[in-house]
Amino acid sequence: MVEKTPILDTLTYIFLMVGILVVGFPIIYAIIAATLPIEEVSKVPMPLIPGDQFWVNIQTAWEKGNLGTNLVNSFIMAAGITIGKVVVSMIGAFSIVYFDYRLRTVAFVSVFCTLMLPVEVRILPTYEMAANLFGPLQPVWDLLHLNGLVSWFAGHEIKVTLEWSLLDSYPGLIFPLVASATCTFLFRQFFLTIPEELCEAAKMDGASPMVFFRKILFPLSKTNIAAVIVIEFVYGWNQYLWPLLITTNPKMLTAVIGLQHLIPAADDLPYWNVALAGTLIVMLPPVLVVLFMQRWFVKGLVDPEK
Amino acid sequence: MIKRSFFSSKFLPYFLILPQFLVTATFFYWPALQGLAQSVMRSDPFGQHSTFIWLDNFIALFIDPLYLKSIGTTLFFSASVAAVSISIGLFIATMANRALKAKAVIRTMLIWPYAVAPAISGILWLFLLHPSYGVVAIAIKRWLGLDWNPVLDGKDALFMVIMASAWKQISYNFVFFIAGMQAIPGSLIEAAAMDGASPFRRFWKITLPLLSPTLFFVTVMNIIYSFFETFGVIHMMTQGGPGGATNILVYKVYQDGFIGLDLGSSAAQSIVLMTLIIVITVLQFKYVERKVQYAG
Repeated sequence: MVEKTPILDTLTYIFLMVGILVVGFPIIYAIIAATLPIEEVSKVPMPLIPGDQFWVNIQTAWEKGNLGTNLVNSFIMAAGITIGKVVVSMIGAFSIVYFDYRLRTVAFVSVFCTLMLPVEVRILPTYEMAANLFGPLQPVWDLLHLNGLVSWFAGHEIKVTLEWSLLDSYPGLIFPLVASATCTFLFRQFFLTIPEELCEAAKMDGASPMVFFRKILFPLSKTNIAAVIVIEFVYGWNQYLWPLLITTNPKMLTAVIGLQHLIPAADDLPYWNVALAGTLIVMLPPVLVVLFMQRWFVKGLVDPEK
Repeated sequence: MIKRSFFSSKFLPYFLILPQFLVTATFFYWPALQGLAQSVMRSDPFGQHSTFIWLDNFIALFIDPLYLKSIGTTLFFSASVAAVSISIGLFIATMANRALKAKAVIRTMLIWPYAVAPAISGILWLFLLHPSYGVVAIAIKRWLGLDWNPVLDGKDALFMVIMASAWKQISYNFVFFIAGMQAIPGSLIEAAAMDGASPFRRFWKITLPLLSPTLFFVTVMNIIYSFFETFGVIHMMTQGGPGGATNILVYKVYQDGFIGLDLGSSAAQSIVLMTLIIVITVLQFKYVERKVQYAG
């Protein structure tokens, strides 16, 4: 600090400790609860000394909540969204920033219109789209009287219905959530800060656009890619509404949604120790990713704002 | 904006933008158009017949007392979540910025709730505020002498979802505030200190005004968060109840569309939400462009 203010400094640290405790309390409390047997956890108030039932509770939660399958589903979904977003947005931003073509402005505007519209506000029509990806093509098919054509080829009456459903599938969990421009925006902002000379020099050396992308742009973007990976992994893992809508098959449930079955209902025995043990397992992967990749994550989160 | 130096190629740029175009068109533009079409139609629950009914769905929406109540609930909910999480986040960030030692450790200990899903935050607080077993609920009952039952009492339930939603957002706000504070030149603070400005005065007169762009951005993000992403919190904790006390707009879209199968009304509600978020986004871009004036 600028001047010596011992009282204020002490207060600062006290407030910080209180703040950290308040922020951490729900999780500390959940960890303690997850180590207790049911008799202890339903005492009022619950004892604050950890018990020895942690592994038992974890095992019970794992089996009861079908966490093995659910965690794999969540992982595939989060990884799919992350990889999809990085690939799609990086080459998209490359096209928008480094090329001049007639529809560039159109491409730019149409992509950035989607910037802040979350899937939550267009759930029903997006659901219908996922339920039948070929839905919009059916009128075209009917309009062209292609049914008649197919029937003529086959020699008998055939009614063709175009249908490709993404419900209860990994692509259905992944693709609709890849459709947002946040990462494209982030990469665009970053590409714009890269010195012109690099591209100039690459062109002078006769490098093709893709060589420039691979040899120069990609290595320069590594920090940004890391940031996007953290943000998108957390985003993907924590999705709730979309997986809730499009998965009905228990084998396709994601981990966060599956936790619902662990929460004790009003007339059940209060197995909160098991519910919280399961909750801890499910929240662990994104928390670890954020903690271990903290530096890049903070950069990625804060930078696009500037 | 474009680079002065660029590549020219006939097909490559189209090829590169194609994946983005495809996902956006399929899962964004087409559904948005469909939503727009459905919002001016009345269809039976099986989607067999639809009739064009102009703006009847919207009119029905805005004279529906349940919808008006949901708007009120959403505004109160969202303002409370933003106020609680921003003030706590700002306070902790100010303290952390003052701390001389262990800044990295402090940040690590405050950053992780960002990674917690809203739904999971819901579970944690459901336990803390459980009317029979929750430790916070017991504290409320014993120390404040209040009757606490979020299962039956609408106000208690609303308070519960606000707590769960705000808690998760504190660390997001903290990250932005601490980054904003560290970007303020130390020389400014030192000059003010030399002129005899106390730490509190420096906070009000220098840090806070210089932080106003961050503050604005964070407020917008918090509003968007509390409008939409809190779906998981509501679904885990209250399912909109009791008696619609926590039925915020985004949850109502889901309830009316997927549970009630009222396609027209649900589509109209989606359009209202879309318009709202577009307005917020445009406002934000305009405001950020002006970069916030610091007069006086």
